[in-house]
Amino acid sequence: MEYQSQAVAKYYFTAAIGLFVGQILFGLIIGLQYVVGDFLFPEIPFNVARMVHTNLLIVWLLFGFMGASYYLIPEEAERELYSPGLAILMFWIFLVAGALTILGYLLVPYSTLADLTMNDLLPTMGREFLEQPTITKLGIVVVALAFIFNVGMTVLQGRKTVINLVLMIGLIGLAVFFLFSFYNPTNLVQDKFWWWWTVHLWVEGVWELILGAILAFVLIKTTGVDREVIEKWLYIIIAMTLITGIIGTGHHYYWIGTPEYWQWWGSIFSAMEPIPFFMMTVFAFTMVNKRKREHPNKAAVLWALGTGVMAFLGAGVWGFLHTLAPVNYFTHGTQITAAHGHMAFYGAYAMVVLAIISYAMPIIRGRAANSNKAQVMEMWSFWLMTVSITFITLFLTAAGILQTWLQRISETPMTFMATQDQLALFYWMREIAGVVFLIGLIIYIMSFFVGDDEAA
Amino acid sequence: MDEMFTKSMARNIFYGGSLFFFLLFLALTFDTMGVVPQRDNHENITPTVAAGKMLWEKNNCIGCHTLLGEGAYFAPELGNVYVRFGNSTEAIKGFIKSRPKDGIPGRRSMPQFNFSDEELEQIAQFLKYTSEINTAGWPPNKMG
Repeated sequence: MEYQSQAVAKYYFTAAIGLFVGQILFGLIIGLQYVVGDFLFPEIPFNVARMVHTNLLIVWLLFGFMGASYYLIPEEAERELYSPGLAILMFWIFLVAGALTILGYLLVPYSTLADLTMNDLLPTMGREFLEQPTITKLGIVVVALAFIFNVGMTVLQGRKTVINLVLMIGLIGLAVFFLFSFYNPTNLVQDKFWWWWTVHLWVEGVWELILGAILAFVLIKTTGVDREVIEKWLYIIIAMTLITGIIGTGHHYYWIGTPEYWQWWGSIFSAMEPIPFFMMTVFAFTMVNKRKREHPNKAAVLWALGTGVMAFLGAGVWGFLHTLAPVNYFTHGTQITAAHGHMAFYGAYAMVVLAIISYAMPIIRGRAANSNKAQVMEMWSFWLMTVSITFITLFLTAAGILQTWLQRISETPMTFMATQDQLALFYWMREIAGVVFLIGLIIYIMSFFVGDDEAA
Repeated sequence: MDEMFTKSMARNIFYGGSLFFFLLFLALTFDTMGVVPQRDNHENITPTVAAGKMLWEKNNCIGCHTLLGEGAYFAPELGNVYVRFGNSTEAIKGFIKSRPKDGIPGRRSMPQFNFSDEELEQIAQFLKYTSEINTAGWPPNKMG
């Protein structure tokens, strides 16, 4: 590790992995509730467990992004972090606020939580992914501002690289577009329209800049390819991301009361959204093929390559699958959407965070790479998690096709609940794949604790 | 990528392209805001409907249901439930009121929220208002 203050990333990475475990456990609960409807009812109803599942995902990815920034920004800027103390303080504030929010979800009915946190003063709760009490949302803003100030000062006072610049643009965009979560008009069409300014412009916009910057950093470090080459790739990838992804927001504006011209804008531009992801795959493989050094951390290289492939499949291919308006007319709000969501979030965001953790954690712990034994375990966990998320996606896709047919295309359409009964087989197989994913995650965590003595 | 295509060209495409398409997005948004009032059924947003939306949010209904196709995929679409239930707010209220407290053995069940009659009216009116938004013909049939 070149700068002592990079070590603050360890806190963030550790919390990220811990919350990841929680996310998967709640995923297994809701997966089971799909087939055993009364499981944990009424103690933990589906809506609560799902909210925990999705909110933990968002929070652990944010921890991962912040940890990645604290690690790579000082190294790129060639100076210590502006304030390591502030980074640690914000870590504890974010962790405690996050934990209290999750406990609030689990311990009291959601409406009671809304009353306790005085949601009436500024009602922002009860919208998908933005379910956090308003006070938690304000806390997120405070943490984000302190974080951006801290890394921003580091960049301003240090060397400015393309990676740092792109990462900063992504992080500032993340903070700015989160502000739309405070806008909750009574008019449902307006509400839905602006809700996407947070949700879409995050995951199909600025988060991809963060993804690109982290991936570029890991590739520079592990392949030794000339920075000029990697930076050129990074610019062109994120250019394509925003050129396609901003107007691509339109694919959410087909059926929510917005004008019908969005069916054209959304279809055409989001059909091009796979391009930057495909370029990312080509980028990762080309850089590794042109590598100037054999980095001892094989696992980190595997995660980086995996990010390219799985992001392209999950976000690119599975996104394209249902993004054209005439197709989306039938698939909107079915298990097809769920299938896409699972592979896209894992492939693009979970994997890039696991890639930077894989690269940085051994260095923070005082070695260039983990022992061969630990790396073999980590690579096993890579394959178990990646193959099982692929199967989860395939099973949900099968369920979604069948659902679309039975409920929306058939000449004698079935009701939603009758259709769900017909999908049980696929839901069971998805649950089994989920258990394999958990096994992969357990092996991943175990890999941190083996083979220290024979470290490379 | 070859020597002809330089890093500064890539950078210019990024800044220029992003700025151009963001401005285009703003222009489309501006236009949308002008057209939406013809489609969004806002004239029917009464105080009862507004209270119904609050109630919808306070009980995290979106955590199981979809509304105009957005939300969770565990329970039926509710954007058109008013139509599916025979254009009847009474049927919606009756369904919500009759959910068993301890669920249904082995099956998915909606929680019992113990809404007052006033609250039931609010949520039902909110769902009626939602069903009258012009959604370009979605969903394909009344099953949602």
